[in-house]
Amino acid sequence: MNFPILSVISFIPVGTAMILLLLPGERKNLIRWVALTAAAACFSLSVVAYFSYDQAAGGYQFVEGPFPWIGALGISYHVGVDGMNLPLVLLTGVVIFTGVLISWGVDDRPREFFAFLFILATGVFGVFISLDLFQLFFFYEIAVFPMYLLIAIWGWKVTREYAAMKLTLYLFIGSVIALVGALAMYFTADMQTFDMIALQDAGFSTAFQRFWFPFVFFGFAVLGGIFPVHNWSPDGHVAAPTAVSMFHAGVLMKLGAFAALRVGIMLMPEGAKMWAPLILVLATINVVYGAFIAMVQRDFKYVIGFSSVSHMGLVMLGFATLNLNGLTGAGLQMFSHGVMTALFFAVVGMVYDRAHTREIPKLGGFSKVMPLVAVAFIVGGLVSMGMPGFSGFIAEFPIFMGLWQRQPIVAIIAALGIVITASYIMRIIGRVFFGKIPEEFEGHISGINNFDRLALVLLAGILILIGVYPTIMAPLVESGANAVLALFGGA
Amino acid sequence: MAFAEFESSHILVVLPEILLLVLAGLILALDIFWRRGRRQLLGWVSAVGLLLTFIATVLLSRPEIGGDPMLIFGGMLRHDWTGFTFKLVFIFAAAVTSILSLDLNHLAARGEYFALLLVATFGMCLMATSSDLMMLLLAIETTSIPLYILAGFMKADDKSTEAGLKYFLFGALTSAVMLYGFSLLYGFTGETNIYRLAAMIRVGAFSPWVLLGMALLVLVGFGFKVSVVPFHFWSPDVYEGAPTPITAFISTASKAAGFAVLLRVMLATFPSIESYWTTLLAILAAATMTIGNLLAISQKNIKRLLAYSSIAHAGYAMIGLVALSSFGAASLVFYLVGYVVTNLAVFTIVILFARTAGSEQIADYAGLSRRSPGLALALMLALLSLAGMPPLVGFVAKFYVFAAAVQSGWIWLAIVAVLNAIIGLYYYMTILKVVYLYRSDDDHVAIDVPRPFAVTLILCSTAIVGIGTISGPWLNLAVEAAKTLF
Repeated sequence: MNFPILSVISFIPVGTAMILLLLPGERKNLIRWVALTAAAACFSLSVVAYFSYDQAAGGYQFVEGPFPWIGALGISYHVGVDGMNLPLVLLTGVVIFTGVLISWGVDDRPREFFAFLFILATGVFGVFISLDLFQLFFFYEIAVFPMYLLIAIWGWKVTREYAAMKLTLYLFIGSVIALVGALAMYFTADMQTFDMIALQDAGFSTAFQRFWFPFVFFGFAVLGGIFPVHNWSPDGHVAAPTAVSMFHAGVLMKLGAFAALRVGIMLMPEGAKMWAPLILVLATINVVYGAFIAMVQRDFKYVIGFSSVSHMGLVMLGFATLNLNGLTGAGLQMFSHGVMTALFFAVVGMVYDRAHTREIPKLGGFSKVMPLVAVAFIVGGLVSMGMPGFSGFIAEFPIFMGLWQRQPIVAIIAALGIVITASYIMRIIGRVFFGKIPEEFEGHISGINNFDRLALVLLAGILILIGVYPTIMAPLVESGANAVLALFGGA
Repeated sequence: MAFAEFESSHILVVLPEILLLVLAGLILALDIFWRRGRRQLLGWVSAVGLLLTFIATVLLSRPEIGGDPMLIFGGMLRHDWTGFTFKLVFIFAAAVTSILSLDLNHLAARGEYFALLLVATFGMCLMATSSDLMMLLLAIETTSIPLYILAGFMKADDKSTEAGLKYFLFGALTSAVMLYGFSLLYGFTGETNIYRLAAMIRVGAFSPWVLLGMALLVLVGFGFKVSVVPFHFWSPDVYEGAPTPITAFISTASKAAGFAVLLRVMLATFPSIESYWTTLLAILAAATMTIGNLLAISQKNIKRLLAYSSIAHAGYAMIGLVALSSFGAASLVFYLVGYVVTNLAVFTIVILFARTAGSEQIADYAGLSRRSPGLALALMLALLSLAGMPPLVGFVAKFYVFAAAVQSGWIWLAIVAVLNAIIGLYYYMTILKVVYLYRSDDDHVAIDVPRPFAVTLILCSTAIVGIGTISGPWLNLAVEAAKTLF
C-alpha cells in the first residue's frame, strides 16, 4: 500500500493537539516549537501531494479506502483528491503554517490556543479530502466548533462573545439543514452507501433534486458567506485573533463553498440548473453590496471582512455559471482569495498589534516603519483588484468570461464590484501606509520579527507565482471543473 | 413466539437480578455488623459488586447471537438482546452512581442508601425484560419506590424532602392511570402477557379509538418515567433537590428504563393503531424537545439546566420510536447508551465541582478552565457530546436518530429536531463560555479530584470519544438488540 499522504496530512494536526494538551502549560516556547514543527510538516506534505498529483491521469488520486467505518449504514472512510480540492488542501497547509508563524506572540494559554487551532485544521483537511458524505459532515462539524473557543477566548474583547456565538449558531444551523438534505439523498438513493462517487450515479429524479438542492446548497453556502446569511462573517473575522481570522476567511469560507459544490451541485445537477439564477442574483449582491459596505467602513479589519464577502460572491458566481470557465475561475478564486485574505488579515494584525487601533483615519505612514508589510499589503491589494500578473486576475478573468457566456448583464453588474474594490483598496493603501505617521506613533512602532516576515513573503510569493505562472494551477483546476461538468451530461 | 418450558439455564437469564438482590442483602448485613468507621466502605462494596455483576452479566447472561427471543418463567420475562443491553446500561449507571456517592456527607456510611439503589436497579432490570403486564407493574413500582425515598434522602434539606414528595406524588398518580390502562387491556382481552394480548387485539375487531384510549392511559405512566411533555413537571424540582448522585441515576438509568418499557410495549401491543400513536408521539417528541430546550436556556442552576436538557433528550430519543423501524429502534437504543454515558460524565463533574466550590450555580463555574484545565476539557467533551458535535458519541447518536426519522418519512420531525439541536448547542455553549472565558477570584484553587472520580471520568470520556469515532460495532449491537423487538 502506498504512503497514505492525505490521511497523514489531516491527522497530524489532531495528533499534535493531543500532544500539546499533554505538555505543561508553562513551557510556552516548547509549545510554540511543537506547533510550528507540526504546521511545517502539514505544509510540506501538502506541497508534496500537490506536486506529485499526476495531471495526465486526472481523476481522484491518493485514494484511500473505502474502508468500512459504520458498516450497517454503508459509511466508510474514503479520501481522495482531484483538481478541485487539491489546491484547497495546499491552501490549508499554507494557512496553518503561516498562521502558526504569526501567532508566536500569543501569550494567554498558547497550549490551548494551538491545540484548538489544530483540531480546526483537522476538520478542514478532513472535509476537503472526503469522498464520503457522512465523513464530510463529521469533519465539517469538527471544523465549526473550535472556532467558537478561538474567537471567544482569544478574540477582540469588545465583540468576541457576540461574534463567536453568532458565527457558531449560523454555521451550525446551515450544516444541520444540509444534513437533513443529505439524509434524504441517502435514503432516496437506497444504495446503502454514503459514498459520494457512488451517489453521483444514484439517478435522483428531477423533482427530488429541485426540492432538496436548496437545503444542501444553501445550508453549506452559509459558511461560504452567501447573501443574506453572510452576516456572521465580518463580525467573526473582526473579533477573531489574527491567525484565526486568516484561517476563518482564508480557509473556512472555502469549506462552505466547496461543500456546496461537492454535495449540492455535484450530487444534484438538475437542482443546480433550476436554482442557478437565484444563486446568480444572490452572489451578485454579495459582490457589489459587499464591496460597497467595505468601502464605507472606518475599521481596517471590517474592510477586509466585507471584502471577503464580496470575493466569496465571485466564487458563488463562478459556481452558478455551470460552465467550464466559471467553474475553473471559481476553483482558482477559492485558492487565490484564501491566500490573499490570509495575507490581508496578517497585515491587519501586525498593524493593530503596534498601533492598538484599527480606525483608518487614525493610521498613516506605516510604510516607513514596516516596509515589507506595506509591500505585502499592496500585493494583496493588486490581487484583490484582479490586476494582471497576480493570481486574482487568473481567477477572476475566467469567472467573468463564464458569466458573459451565461448572462452578460450579470457580468456587467458584478464588474462594478471590481471597481469599488479598487477604490477601497487604494484608499487603505494611501491612508494607512503612506502619508504622515501620526505623532502619537512616531518612534513607538517596532518592526516585525522574522516569523512574520517569512509568513508575509510566503503568502505574497504564492500570489505572484500563480499570477505570472498560471500553468502551475490553472490546468489542474480546469480538470476538476471538467469532472464537475461531466455530471451535467456535457451541458 | 414460543413459551419456553423451564430449564435450569433460565436461571442464568435472571443472574443479574439475583446478584443485585444478593448484593443489596449483603450491604444491609454489613451495615449492621460493621463498626461506624468501616461503613464508609459500603459504597466500595456496592461499586465493586456492581462491577462484578456487570462482568457476570456479560459473560453468563448473554442471549445467543441471532437466536430467537424466548419467553420464560411462564411468559413473565423475555430473554432478548434489548433487555440484555438495557440491563448492562442500568448496572453501569448504578456502579457509577455508587462511586459518585462515596464521600457524600451522611450518605456514604448509610447501608440503606446503597441497598435502595441496588433494589431500584433490580427493578429496572426487570422492567427491561418483563413481558407481562403484572410483572411490568411490579417492576416499575420496585424501581420507583426506592427512587422516591432516595430523592428525599437528605431529610434535613428542605429541597430534598420536597423533591422526594413531589416525585412520589407525580409517580403515584401516573402509575395509577397507567394501571387503569393495564386493567382495561386485561378487561378487553383477558390476557396479561403482552404478546398474547397483542394477538388478541389483532384478531378482535376493536375500534381504533378504544385502543388509542388504552394506549394513552398507558403512555401517561411511561411518559412520566421518561419525562416527556406534558409529564415533565416533576423533573426540574426533583433533579435540583435530590442528592446529586441520585439525580444522575434518575436522569440516566431511570429514563433509559422508561424507554425500554415504552419501546417494548408500544411496539408489541399496539401495532394495529400504529399510525395513530406514532403521530401522537411525534407531536409529543417535538413538544418535548422544544419546551425542554427553550426552558433550559434561562436556567441558572446547573442541575436544573441538566433537568431541562434531559427532557429535551427524551424528545430526541423518542424519534427513534416514532420512526417505527428496526433501524429506528436501534437508533433509540444507541442514543440512550450515548446519553447515559455522557450525562454520567457531566454529573461527575457537577459533583466534583460542588465538593470543592460548594456551588451548583452556573455563574460559579467561571475560571474552571484555569483552576482545572483537565476537568474543563472533560466538561467540554461531555457538553459537546450532549449538543451533538463530532467526534463524540452524541453526534452519531443524533445522526442515527435523525436518519431514522428521514428514512421513515418524518421530514418535519427531523427538521424540528435539527433546529432544536441548535438551541441545545446554544445553552451548552453558554456554560462553556463561563468555564473558558470568565475569571473568578478562585482561579488558583484547583478542584480536588479523588482517584475513583478520576477513573470514572476517564472511563466516561473515553467512551464518549471512543463510541463516537468507532460507532460501527456498537451500532451493530444496537441493531441486533432492536431486531428482536419486531
